[in-house]
Amino acid sequence: MEVLILLLALFALSLFLGVELITKVPPTLHTPLMSGTNAVSGITLVGALLAAGTDGSPMLVNILGFIAVTFATINVVGGYLVTNRMLAMFERK
Amino acid sequence: MNPNFVNFIYLVAGVLFILGIKGLTKPKTAVRGNLLSAVGMLLAIVITFLSINNVDYTYVIAGVAVGSIVGGVMALRIQMTSMPQMVALLNGFGGGASLTIALAEYFTKLGAAPTSFADMLVPLVVDTSAFGIGAEGTFALTAIGLTVLIGAVTLTGSLVAFTKLQELMKKSYGLPGGPIGNGILVIAALFAIGSVVVDPGNMTGMLAIVGMGLLLGLFLVTPIGGADMPVVIALLNSYSGIAAALAGFILGNTVLIIAGSLVGTSGLILTQIMCVAMNRSLANVLFGKMAPGGEEIDADEIYAGKVTSAQPEEIAMMLEVAKRVVIVPGYGMAMAQAQHAVRELADAIEAKGIEVEYGIHPVAGRMPGHMNVLLAEAEVPYDKLVEMDRINPTFEDTDMVIVIGANDVTNPMARDVEGSPIYGMPILNVDKARNVVVIKRSLSPGFAGLPNPLFAMSHTLMVYGDGKKAVVEMTTALNQT
Repeated sequence: MEVLILLLALFALSLFLGVELITKVPPTLHTPLMSGTNAVSGITLVGALLAAGTDGSPMLVNILGFIAVTFATINVVGGYLVTNRMLAMFERK
Repeated sequence: MNPNFVNFIYLVAGVLFILGIKGLTKPKTAVRGNLLSAVGMLLAIVITFLSINNVDYTYVIAGVAVGSIVGGVMALRIQMTSMPQMVALLNGFGGGASLTIALAEYFTKLGAAPTSFADMLVPLVVDTSAFGIGAEGTFALTAIGLTVLIGAVTLTGSLVAFTKLQELMKKSYGLPGGPIGNGILVIAALFAIGSVVVDPGNMTGMLAIVGMGLLLGLFLVTPIGGADMPVVIALLNSYSGIAAALAGFILGNTVLIIAGSLVGTSGLILTQIMCVAMNRSLANVLFGKMAPGGEEIDADEIYAGKVTSAQPEEIAMMLEVAKRVVIVPGYGMAMAQAQHAVRELADAIEAKGIEVEYGIHPVAGRMPGHMNVLLAEAEVPYDKLVEMDRINPTFEDTDMVIVIGANDVTNPMARDVEGSPIYGMPILNVDKARNVVVIKRSLSPGFAGLPNPLFAMSHTLMVYGDGKKAVVEMTTALNQT
């Protein structure tokens, strides 16, 4: 239960921090912000690795884990690459 | 590996994500910010790889390989005009990942995954303590149920948004009863979550959550039209973050919670900005039609005999004597792929010593910041892209405004005609400029379905035709003089 409270505290503080940070992003960068946060939400890859199933877990869990790892990796790789592509265009000038 | 060390690295990753988003507050630091964020991601993934034991690596490696190829190809090949589609897909994959993580965790803790569909219909007798003792178990199961629901909604909702943006689906379909039908579905899904919390072995209940979540995503997004897509994409972006944060609660993982809440708030704030820019509530965008327009407005009455058209060459002559020009782009510019042509026109105007700026409405395009990315692709410096609040006071000192592919966001009815469906929506006051040129195929209405009195004003000239062609002709004429 103590852990749960700590996690909730982290959640609440992160929400406030998010509001403070995001409101300072200028409208010019809103599209890279969205693709960039998409990449960050690929952090579910960590969760996917943890949930991918240990040796000997049932087939269904393995398949679900595989899908989760694939989706999350697309977000990480696709998200960071496309954001970098866009931001490089803004940096040029 | 020492779990404290692993958690410390997660903390470092979380800090790098925060620094990464902080970098996005200025165009100059944005690339570095994105890199910092990517380093944080790499750290978190590597440390997780090292910390897991007894894992069947075939599935993990196969997933990473497939995901890297698909993600890499998408990111490098996508056109800037199609960025909304790309973000919609990424949102969907994020939701799908959270959905499958929660399901995998559910079946793992259950200790018995079904091998066939029929297995699912037979409830398992399990001890609630499999998911934690007392309140902890209740919380864990609630988190799993909510993650499954939100993940499923995000998955199908984003796929529908993608098909709409790609113009594979043009019509709008809705659930009978509209918001009421959706409301009933939400309540039913929450009941299903409740049933799983009370009886974790109730796999049918879990299946029902998945099914209703997928349906809800479909029914929520199908009725929403193209110009409202910026709101929908931002909202789904937020959902994918919330689902990730919830998955963090399921796994007791700090970095998922930090990253998920940052993404969740980002999406919500963008949603809010988009709604304000359209002067509509979120509920109105999701469930409403545009407010009925009082008495029917007759387009012919507004336009009849008052619309003046001109050739690109005539506009070029007028441009010669201008001192300040503002270009107002809209979704039509993206459709015509005219961003490079527009930049060349701006270069030609500037070569005559005339000041050029771009006026960007927050909801121009199909996602937040869409126009800025297109113009950045065409190598327009970002300090020339001026947001609505800063450009509006300058229109009175502007000799010519060139509107290309924008309509509703320039409609003065939003400012002047009380009772008009778009009354109160903030617009670009282009009609305050000395001359207005509108490049458009015809007088057809925009998304709001309203005639635009701007087109009939005495200082407005319509240039009919393809946006790119008209702009190129203007540039050529200007360069010849």
